[in-house]
Amino acid sequence: MYRKGTMALAVAAALGLPHAAAAQSQDELKSLREQVRQLDQRVQDAETTAQQAAVQASSRSSGENAMNPAVSVILNGIYSNLSQDPGAFRINGFTPTLGEVGPGVRGLSLGESEIAFAANIDHHFRGTLVASISPDNSSIEVEEGYIQTLSLSYGLTIKAGRFFSGVGYQNQIHAHAWDFTDAPLANKVFLGNQLNEDGIQFKWVAPTDLYLDMGLELGRGRKFPGGPDGGRDKNGVGSSTLFAHVGGDLGTSIAWQTGVSYLSTSPQDRTFDDTDSTGTMVTNSFSGRSRLWVLDGILKWAPNQNPTETYFKLQGEYFRRRENGDLTFNAVNDPTAVALAQTGAYASAQSGWYLQGVYQFIPMWRIGYRYDRLNAGSTNIGLVDSGAIAAADIPVLAAYNPTRQTVMVDWSPSEFSRVRLQFASDKSRSDATDNQVFLQYIVSLGAHGAHKF
Amino acid sequence: MKAILKFVVALSSAAIALPSAAALNVFACEPEWGALAQELGGDKVSVYLATTALQDPHRIEARPSLIARIRSADLLICSGSELEIGWIPLLLTQSGNSKIQLGSPGYFEASQYVVKLEIPKVIDRSLGDIHPGGNPHVHTDPRNIAKIAPVLMERMAQIDPANADSYRSRGKSFLERWQTAIARWERQAAPLKGVPVVVYHKDFSYFINWTGMHEAASLEPKPGIPPTPSHLAELIDQMKRAPAKAIIYSPYNSPQAAEFLSSRANIPAVMVPFTVGGTDKAKDLFGVFDDTITRLLGAVK
Repeated sequence: MYRKGTMALAVAAALGLPHAAAAQSQDELKSLREQVRQLDQRVQDAETTAQQAAVQASSRSSGENAMNPAVSVILNGIYSNLSQDPGAFRINGFTPTLGEVGPGVRGLSLGESEIAFAANIDHHFRGTLVASISPDNSSIEVEEGYIQTLSLSYGLTIKAGRFFSGVGYQNQIHAHAWDFTDAPLANKVFLGNQLNEDGIQFKWVAPTDLYLDMGLELGRGRKFPGGPDGGRDKNGVGSSTLFAHVGGDLGTSIAWQTGVSYLSTSPQDRTFDDTDSTGTMVTNSFSGRSRLWVLDGILKWAPNQNPTETYFKLQGEYFRRRENGDLTFNAVNDPTAVALAQTGAYASAQSGWYLQGVYQFIPMWRIGYRYDRLNAGSTNIGLVDSGAIAAADIPVLAAYNPTRQTVMVDWSPSEFSRVRLQFASDKSRSDATDNQVFLQYIVSLGAHGAHKF
Repeated sequence: MKAILKFVVALSSAAIALPSAAALNVFACEPEWGALAQELGGDKVSVYLATTALQDPHRIEARPSLIARIRSADLLICSGSELEIGWIPLLLTQSGNSKIQLGSPGYFEASQYVVKLEIPKVIDRSLGDIHPGGNPHVHTDPRNIAKIAPVLMERMAQIDPANADSYRSRGKSFLERWQTAIARWERQAAPLKGVPVVVYHKDFSYFINWTGMHEAASLEPKPGIPPTPSHLAELIDQMKRAPAKAIIYSPYNSPQAAEFLSSRANIPAVMVPFTVGGTDKAKDLFGVFDDTITRLLGAVK
C-alpha cells in the first residue's frame, strides 16, 4: 500500500506541481496547497474505504454455511468375525428388548449411514435432524429430530421432538462417537441399546460455578422399556425421566461429571419372543410398571486439559431396574405351544454395570478396556410358581449373570476419521462364549461436529 | 443423613460463590481476549478464561465447568473464524443463556473486525483442518488488537451503559499506551525482517506478516495434523538446502518435533508465549509481545 503522503504528492506532481516553482503569485501557491490538501484527503478517504472493504470481505460471517443448515454425513463399515451365530444372539436372564442389540452380521458389512442437519431456525429456536439409513432394506429412520430453545434465560432450555433421552451417560452419545464398537450390555438390556423418545425435555442449568443441571423428560414411551413398539394408544405421557448432574474441574488436569437419572414407564403388551420347552417359538408379553435408576460418572484427565497429545477417560454406569405387573405366556395363542395363552403376576429386580477406560498414549492412537456385568437378580413369574408352565418354557428369563470383556485400539489420523480394532469375549449367552473381532472405520464428512463432554 | 447434609452444604456454598452480580461477566474463549477485556474493563468486569495458554484452542471439550460459566456470562469474546467450532456451538446450546447467543450484543467475534490472512481459495478437508473464514489467530499482530479494542470497548459500553464512560476512558488510555508500544516493538523487531522461520502450526501468520519475517515451513504436514516422521525428514532436507533461522512453537505444542528438527538441522527451537500466560513474562498483552520479540531476537542473533 502506498503511503498516503507520497501518493498525494505524486498525484499533485502529475497535476503540475513542477510549474509551482515558476508561479510567482502568492494566490497561485495558496490554491495549489489547497489542491494538494484536498487530494491528500481524497486518498485518505479512499484508503479508509478500501480498508473497510477488505475487513468486510475477509470477515463475511458465514454463520452456518450462509443460510443452509450445517450438513454432515457419517459413514461406517465393519468386518466382524464372530465365533457364535449372531442370529441366535440373546442376553440370558433378561427380557429381550425391542431394539437391535445383537453384534450384527458376520463378515464385511456396511454399518448404518447417518445424515445430520443442524441450524439455528431463528433467534428463538435451533433445529437438528439426524437420520440413519439402514444398509439392507434402504429404510430411513429418524434417530433424532428436534427443536431446541435459544432465547430462554435463567439457564433453561426446552427440547421437543425425538431425541436421545438424558437417562444415564452413554445413551445421549451418538454411536459414531462411542469409544467402543458396540453399546455396553447394560444399555442393551435396560435401554434397548439406545433410547430415543418422542417427547419434550426441560433442562435447567444452575447459576453456580460448580456445574449443576436438572431435567425432566415427558415421552411417548415408544421404545423399550416402554411398549408396545411405537407407544401406547393413549393421550397421556408414556414415559417420564428425571435426571441431575454435577460436574466441574479438579485441579488443572481433571474434569469430571456424575449424575443420577430415573426412568419410569408403563409398558402395555410389551412383547418378546422365546422358545418353550417343546422347541416352539412363542411370543410372550409384559404389562405393568418399569422403573429404572441409573448412576453415571465420567472422569477425564489430560495434562493441563489439553487432550491433543495424551488423555485418559474413565467412564462407568450402574443400572437398577424393577418391573412389576403381568406376564402373558404365548400371547398370540399359538396352539402348537406347550400351553395356551395365560397370564400371571411378574416381578423382577435386576441390575448391571460397566466400567471402561480409554487412553490416548500418543497423538492419534488410543487403547481401551471395558468390563460389562449384569445381575439377573430375582425374577418371580407367577405362572411358573403356580405350575401352569415350567421355568423351561421361558428359558431366556432363567437366572444368569452375563459378563463381557472388551479391548480395543483405534487410530484417528484426523478429527474426521477413525479406524478401530476390537476384541471381545462375550458371555451374554448362558451356554456359550462369543469371541468377537471387529475391524471398523468411522468417518464424518462435511460440517465440523461438536461432541458432548 | 450426615452425607446428605454435607452435600446440601456443599451445594449451597457453591451457590454462594456466584460470579459477582455487580460486574460484567465476561467469558473469554482465549486468554488474549480475557486480557483485553480486563484492560478495558478494570474492576467493572469479572473475566473468566475458558482456556489457558497451555491449551490448544482448536481442541477444547465442552466440559461441565465451561457450561456452568457460560450460563451466567453477559459477554462472550472469541476469536471466531471457526477456531472454536468444536466446542462453542455446544456450549451455546447448553447454556440456557440468551444474552450470548449468535446475533446478540453479548456475542463478540474478534476476528470479524480485522483483515484476515490465508483465506483458503479451495475449501476441502484433504487440506487439513483449514478455516474457511481465514486464519483465526489474529491477535499475534498488535495492530489487529488496536483495531479490535475500540469495537470491543463500544460493545462493553452498549451492554453495560452504566459504566460506558469508564470503558471509554480506559480504552482511550489503553490505545495510547498500545500505539506507543507498537512503535517500540516495530523498532525492536526490525532485525527480524526477512528472517526465515519454521512454525509448528499456522498460528503466528499475523506476527510473521507484521514483522516481515518469512514462514519457510510448518512442522504440521497440514494444518491440524500432528507432525509425522516422513514430513520431519522432508523438513531436514529442506533445511539443508535453505536453512531457516529458528523454529517457533507455542506453549500448547509438544516441543518434541521442534527439538527433533532443531537438533538435526542445527537451528534453534524457540518457544514463544503465543498468548497471555504462555511464559512467565507474558503476564499481559504487552508482555506477550515484549517477550516474543526478545526471545526471537535472542534466537536469530
